[in-house]
Formats: sequence, structure tokens, C-alpha cells
Amino acid sequence: MLGLTLKEVSVAFREGKISPTELCKKCLNRIKKTQHLNAYITVTEELSLKLAQQSEARLRQGVSRGPLDGIPFAVKDNFCTKNIRTTCASKMLKGYSPPYNATVVQKLLDQGAVLMGKTNMDEFAMGAGSTDGAFGPVRNPWSYAASYRTQTGAAPDSDWVITGGSSGGSAAAVASLTSYLALGSDTGGSTRNPGALCGVVALKPTYGLVSRHGLIPLVNSMDVPGIMTRSVNDAAIALGVLQGIDVRDSTTVPAPSALTELPEDFDVRNLRVGIPKEYHAPGLSEETLAQWSRVADLFERAGARVEQVSLPHTQYSIVCYHVLCHAEVASNMARFDGLEYGHRSEMESSTEVMYASTRHEGFNDVVRGRILSGNYFLLKQNYQHYFVKAQKVRRLITEDFRQIFNSGIDVLLTPTTLTDAARYHDFTQEDNRTRSAQEDVFTQPANMAGLPAVTVPTALSQRGLPIGLQLIGPALEDKKLLCVAQWVEQRVGFPSISDFHNSQESRNEAGVSRREQTSAV
Amino acid sequence: MAASCMAASELLHNIKLIHFVRRTSSSRLHFSSQLLQAQRDPQQLVGVVGLEIHAQISSNTKLFSGSSVQFLAPPNSLVSFFDASLPGTLPVSDIITVSIISWKLVKCSTSRSDVYFPICLKVLNRRCVEAAVMTGLALNCTINRRSLFDRKHYFYADLPAGYQITQQRRPVAVDGMLTYSVLGGKKRNQVIRKNVHIKQIQLEQDSGKSLHDDVHSQTLIDLNRAGVGLMELVMEPDMSCGEEAAAAVRELQLILQALGTCQGNMSEGQLRVDANVSVHKPGEPLGIRTEVKNINSIRYLARAIDFEIQRQTDVVQRGGTVQNETRAYDSKSGETVAMRDKEGLQDYRFMPEPNLPPLIVFEDNASLPAGIDACQAVVVQTIKEGLPELPSIKRDRLVQLYGILPEHSFTLVNEDGLMEYFEEVMKSTKREPRKVIGWVTNELLGLLKQQELSVSQSPVVPAALAELLELQEAGHISSSVSKQVFQEMWRSPGRTAAQIIREQDLGLVSDAAELHRICQKVVDSHPEEVCAIRSGNKKVLNKLMGLVQKETKGRADPVLVREILEEKTS
Repeated sequence: MLGLTLKEVSVAFREGKISPTELCKKCLNRIKKTQHLNAYITVTEELSLKLAQQSEARLRQGVSRGPLDGIPFAVKDNFCTKNIRTTCASKMLKGYSPPYNATVVQKLLDQGAVLMGKTNMDEFAMGAGSTDGAFGPVRNPWSYAASYRTQTGAAPDSDWVITGGSSGGSAAAVASLTSYLALGSDTGGSTRNPGALCGVVALKPTYGLVSRHGLIPLVNSMDVPGIMTRSVNDAAIALGVLQGIDVRDSTTVPAPSALTELPEDFDVRNLRVGIPKEYHAPGLSEETLAQWSRVADLFERAGARVEQVSLPHTQYSIVCYHVLCHAEVASNMARFDGLEYGHRSEMESSTEVMYASTRHEGFNDVVRGRILSGNYFLLKQNYQHYFVKAQKVRRLITEDFRQIFNSGIDVLLTPTTLTDAARYHDFTQEDNRTRSAQEDVFTQPANMAGLPAVTVPTALSQRGLPIGLQLIGPALEDKKLLCVAQWVEQRVGFPSISDFHNSQESRNEAGVSRREQTSAV
Repeated sequence: MAASCMAASELLHNIKLIHFVRRTSSSRLHFSSQLLQAQRDPQQLVGVVGLEIHAQISSNTKLFSGSSVQFLAPPNSLVSFFDASLPGTLPVSDIITVSIISWKLVKCSTSRSDVYFPICLKVLNRRCVEAAVMTGLALNCTINRRSLFDRKHYFYADLPAGYQITQQRRPVAVDGMLTYSVLGGKKRNQVIRKNVHIKQIQLEQDSGKSLHDDVHSQTLIDLNRAGVGLMELVMEPDMSCGEEAAAAVRELQLILQALGTCQGNMSEGQLRVDANVSVHKPGEPLGIRTEVKNINSIRYLARAIDFEIQRQTDVVQRGGTVQNETRAYDSKSGETVAMRDKEGLQDYRFMPEPNLPPLIVFEDNASLPAGIDACQAVVVQTIKEGLPELPSIKRDRLVQLYGILPEHSFTLVNEDGLMEYFEEVMKSTKREPRKVIGWVTNELLGLLKQQELSVSQSPVVPAALAELLELQEAGHISSSVSKQVFQEMWRSPGRTAAQIIREQDLGLVSDAAELHRICQKVVDSHPEEVCAIRSGNKKVLNKLMGLVQKETKGRADPVLVREILEEKTS
């Protein structure tokens, strides 16, 4: 039951195979069993059960609110949840309970979905590993799957792999079957990166299609609430609920069309699939490259036109991103001064001293480092050299995409990450800045241009860890993008984690059959 | 009683011509003499004054949130989540206000795909945008069809976000001109027009208020004001002294009040003026400037600027250099003092506000894109057509309509409510406007100033004054008695002129027999004077007339008295 898609669960509810309360209890139970993953910062057990009971009552009375009614979901801890602790995985907001719900959270609650808890992340979403948060790193559920154990002979407590980040907790929640849907945030790849490494579908919608109200910002001009599910169709259902204009976010746009479910049989004949040559980046693993070729071939064999395209300015994306990101971080973090909310230092000899020590104590090194460099970029003497230049290059990057899509390309196919998930001990050999630059290389340009992008898990690597591929579409063509993604999903045959017995729970049973051994092997 | 009347009338005489501009007379004298010297001697230092003015927009709600705007509400009672800068909140207009235009997507067909792009958006409080546009038009500004918002960063306890949303790169209005007047000439009755350039008008958020409790060494924060819409007006350094700056600000205040875009009360902080002051020798580059803050009345503005010019002049003449610093005006000592916490160079690290798209205003209804409702958009033409009568037009109209002097029109317009008072009196009297203006600007305004009352607090209402003037016009009382009656009316409001005249028997004595009797008495008791008149010195008759008036307490009909006395001394 836990391994189903939300669509399947919805059907199971209707058919009476399980009740929302039963399902909620199962999920809560599983959260307890998978506590070692550190996916959740806060589990809202009491509220979850209450919401499940309400949903159950509705279902009994035949007044279901739709496909999300009774569905357990998790929310990254940088979305505000009314009277529920929202920390951004930072000491700065430890114990902070917002007085309102983020628009996206409210919309899911309005649909009858059942909130399970708030998920772990990199502090203030600054990171690509979910290793840099005040509540400790998140462990990738596949670290404990038989596929990884048997392939690598890994030791359970030292050789675990990271989830990717910064929405690692949300990815882990969906992958470890404790939630059917999770909200992440995506600024440079923070939803798609852990989505790929944890083997779930992760969608970054078009900028402005989904409200940011209540999302504690990283980079306002790039942040988009992300959707993580176990199937592309589930992501479409969630997007259908979340998309649209929000008067509380003036950068939202009206949804171009209503979105419920995706057609089962999308025709890719005459679809033009672009393969950006610049994405053959150094460090791209053989296996990921093989997956990329495999899916490109699938398209071609099905009658799509697969062509090489060029995005010449993509190579500058990461440096520009860092300038723009740090500048906005410096600005956005200015409000955390210990006065109105959050952590306040004991040192109060003067207001200035209080500010300084509050911010020193409250933020980790990564956040402080970005604030420092961001303020440097914004100084009067530097503004033109850094911020304005980065904005100009951003425009060029956007233009690259626009030209390609104007030339008739429908969708771009790229890797999501360079490799499968790294071992925690290997990942932390490099600092956060280096890792962010490496890990976001394929995902980040879509944020610069505000384009929709989705990662679809395609196979397990030889190490038994997920590999995902990314599809990027033109602005506001999210539905079409998801149709293409579903087409891929239907053909790659990615296995469910539930196909592998959790070696942590029953290590002796490791190595049972894989449903579909993929070509990665 | 008599003594106090005496004193009052003296005072009245002294202040009868005072209105706002003249109140700065002490500094004026000093500086007009300095200016004169400067004209003669190019080596003389002169003051250069520019102003930065923050005008709180009169609006029911804040700039980017739906919170109410109200002075003296309980602390922190008008604060939305956004106003308190709670994480995750975004600057928008309240959901209830109708002033939201969402992104309008225009479909643009290209070779193959359709591209959508935003063409118009207004998320902020529409009233605030209209107020800024209206003010810009009244000040002859160019209205930017597209303006941008920026963040200005600094840490301050009453700035909860750590930055202020303002318009640094491209403000809503630019390049305007304010015409104001000062009184010049020997008798200070010549109206001299002057211009000051308006660099820009930008929309921005107000901060909260910090209340420092020195006893418990703590600071209390009230965020009621945080996020209220402000117009920042930047006046170029085209002024040379406190009087000019004060006159320019007063004119601006009148314009804002006429437009209804700002209530303009300086003591309540609705209008805040910072002055940039420097000194230089004419023809040479501008000197290093200081910024003078903490000025909460127009009178203090003039004093602060003149003090600062004098201080800088002294510094330079002693061979020192003026420090680029922020100084606060201390109204008690009349001096400016360096502000401790504003030391050092502030870099505001400006950055485009990423949560707000450009602000678009439209030229006219014809330029509105399809699908945009005119009542949702800000249309310059519509605002232009709705501009009310501005003070300068008002003054011209008064001069033309009533044939009064230009300086009187200034007094009427510059004193709150005085013009309305005057016009009200004019409605119910047949007296000449030139006579009425004397009463209003001398008698009435004199007593108001003396007792620090506003026109609306006058104990003598326009109708009552009109009645008094009518009685005088009809010959019931003499002009000296009418002033006496006015004083009486002032002291005991509610009693009419007629009542006072009756009760105190102040009516003009025109009973011939009675006057004959009094005149005879005077003639009899002053034989020498009568002799002098009879021998040809007719001037002495005036002395006898005065004696008669003294007998009658000024109530005798002067024409009749003269006739009778001439007859008796012939």
C-alpha cells in the first residue's frame, strides 16, 4: 500500500481497501521506522491523525474533495505552516512557528491532503547535499535498499549516501514511502537534484506559475515551489491544484490551462527533442551518459526528432547564479535580526552587538559566507561589475533557451546530476560552495530562465542507486513537459524502492529479485 | 483693562503684517544683508540649500499591505505579517482592495511557439500611486510610464526587513519645478517669485518608530507606521537661505493639502524635511554639505538652515573644513549638533526589488491595452483632468476677483482657512474687499497669532464680522468704535455686534440737539482756541473736534460735529 502512487491510493480509498486513518497510521509508523534517515525535522503526528479522520469522515459521506483527499504529504521546512514550527533547518528559526500557511500548503490542506510533517534540508536551502542543516544530514533511503547493499557491500552506518539537496528531506520522505507527495523548493536545482538522487519524480514548474507566498526565500527571482511524487501523473495532479495566480504573490501568473491528469498515450512522433551539447560536462559519469543516450534513442525510435542544440551561455550560469544568489541572500537574510522573531543572542550590550551576535550564532558558515559575499557584490563600487554583469549574462542565458524553443524544439533532454549519489564521507570532502557549483550545473540554467523542468528516474546505477534525467520545456508549457516526462516514465521501467527489501529492517532478506533490471547494469 | 487693551493693540500693530514668511524675520534680516554683501563682494560665502522631503501619503491603507494607516493608534495594532517582515511574506496589496491588476499575459505568436509576457501589473496600493502621479503633475514633473522598485539596505530596529522598498533607479516622477514666493523690497511687500527644481518624486515605505527608554536602557518599537506609503521629494540646491527653504516648503505643503495627497502636518510627521546645507563663494564649486535632520516645523527649518549656514561660514572663515555629516537640529538651543549614530559612510547596497514587477501607468484611456479596465489602471490624463485649484491659481483668482494686493492674496492662501474666512465675510457684506482684507489680515489674524489660534478657532465667526462691518458701513458706528466692538466680540463670543453696541451705548450720536449742547460746552470752555480759529487758524478746529469725541467716547458723528463747530466759531 505504501508503495503506491497517490492516484492508486485515491482509488483504494474509494474502493474501501484502506481508510485515510489507517494509511496515516501506516505512514507515521514508517516515519518512526525510518527515523535514521533524518528526513523530518518535525512530525505532526497529532495533526496528521486529525486531518486523516476528517478526510475519512468526508469519504464516508461521499463528499471527497478530490484526488488529494486523505493523501499523506510532507513539506520542506522552509514553507510556513500555521502554528507548526518552521525552521529552515537553522538555529535562527529554531522554535519559530509562523502565524500563517504558505499558499501552497493551504491549497493542499484545502484539498483534504494530510500533512505528515516538515522535512529536513540544507540551512535556508543553501546547499546541494542536505548535509548542511542545523538538524544534521539527511540519509538517502537507497543507502539501505538491498540493491545498494549487495552491489557495494556497504557498511550500513558509515557508507550511506546523501540525498542531494537542498530539499533532501522531502525527496527522502517520498522515496522512503512515508509521504506520497512532498513540497520542495527549487532555486538552482534543489528539488530536481535530490529528486534524481532519491529516484523520485521532481518538478520545478515555470517561475510564477506557483505562488511563493509563505516560502521563506533564497533567491526571489528564481525560487519556485517544487513538487516531488512517485509518478509523473501524481506531479501533474499536484500541479493542477497548486498552480495559478495568488494575490499575495505579485509575480504569479494565471495558469494557461486547467490540469488534472495526463493522457495515457502521448504521441511523441514529430516531437523535437533537443540535446544541448554543452551538457556533456566534465565529471559526467559513464552511467548517466548511458542513460541519456538510452532515452534519446527511445525518443528517436518512437519517431521523435532528436537533435543536438547549443546553449552557448550555459557555461556562465553557475558563476552568475552565485553572484545573484548571494546578493539576494544578503538582502533576504537582513530581516533576521533577532528583534521580531527567531533566535536572539544573550549579548545585548547594544543593539549593534545584539544584531551581530544574533546573526553570528543563528546562521551557519554557509549562510554567513553568502551574506558576506552578497553584500560585497552589492557595494556601490562593485554593483556594476558583479550584479549588473550577472544580470546581463542571465539575460543571455534566457535568450539561448528562447532561441532554441523558438526554433521549434519542444523539449530539452539532459542529465539531472553528474553522477548517482555520493557517499556522505566523500561528499563532505569538499566545501558547500564547491559542491553547490558542481551539483547544480545541469539544473541551474532553468532557474535563470524561469523555465519548467522535471527529473524522471530512469535506472539504478551499478551501485544500485537511482539515476535521473531532466526534461526542460518552454515557459508555461508545464503540461506538455509532463506529458513527455510521463512518456519517458512509461518506457524506462524504473523500479520501486519497495521492490527491494529494506536491508536495515531485514538485512538477511537482501538481494531478492529486481522487477526490471535496467540497462544501467 | 485699559492697559491690557493698549498692550494688545500695540502688539496687534506690530504683528499685523506677519504671516508665515515673515515670521522668519530675524534670520531674514541677517541673510538679506549677507546676500547683499555677496552681490557686492564675490569673495563672500553664500549658503546653498537643497531639501529632501518625505511626505506621508494620505491613504487608508499601507503601500504594500492592507493594514490601516492611522496616527496615534495603540502601538503595533496596525501591523500585518508583511509589515512585521515575517519570513515568506511578499509585498502586495491587500486581497480586499480592488486595486490589483494581476499579470496580464499577452500572447505573442512567434514562428512556432507562443510566448507570454507580462505587460502590466499593479500590485501596490493604487491610491498611493495616484497620489504620487498627482503630486508629480502639480509640480510639473515628467511622469515615468514605467518605474521600478529597489531595496535600500540598512540595519535599524524600526526597519524590520533590514531594507526599505524605494525607487532609486527609476522613480515615478522626475524633473519638475516648484514656484514659490518670498516677500522682498524695502517694505517687504513685494512678491518675488522663485523656482526650485524637483529632481524626483519616489514612492517608498515608511519605517516604524523607535521609542528610546533611557531609564531602563531599552528601545521600544512601534510598527504601526512601518510600510505606510511615502513620497520622497528631492529639491535641488536652488535655495540660498532658511527663508527661501521655508517658503518653498510652505508652498509645497499648500499644494499637497490642496491635492489631498498628504495632510502635511509636520509636527505629526506627515511631512518631514531634511536640509542639505553648504556654503561656497558664488561661481565656485559647491562646498561640502551637511544634512540637517530632526526639524519638525517650518519655522525651525528656517532657523536650522540659517544657523547651519552661519556655522559653516564661521568654520570656513576660520580656515577649517566642513565635515560631511548628519546633524540634528535642537529646537531648544536653536543649534545643529552632529549625530553620533550616523557617523561613517553608509553604503545602502541598492538592489532591484525582485518581488515587484515594474510599475506601469498609462498616458490616457486610449493607451490602455485590451482587457485592462480603466478603473483598475492608473491613467495620467484622468488624474490631470481632476487636479484641483492649486494655491498659485487661487492667489491670482483672489487678486482678480477682489482687486486686493498680491501680498494680501499670499496671506489669505498661506494661512490655513483664512481665504475661506475672507470669502465667507465677503458673501454677507457690501463693504469693499480692500476694507475687508484689512480687517481679516490685521485685526483678525493679529488676535489669532497673539493667542496662537487657528482660523477655525476664531471666536468671531465670519458672519459676525460681516454684521459688524455692515453696521459701520451703514453709519451706525464709527471706525474706531467698530474696532472696540470687535475686541468685545472676541472676548465674549456669541454676543453680536448690535448687542454690544446697544448694551455699551456705542452707537453713533447724531442727535443734533445733544451734539449742539456738547459742542457749546467745549466752545465755552476753550475761549483761546475759539479766538485762534476766528483769527484764521482753522487747524485748531481739529483740536476742538477731538475734545468733542473725547466727551462722546468717539461716538459723535464727525460730519455733524464739524458743521456745528464751524457754525459756533464763525
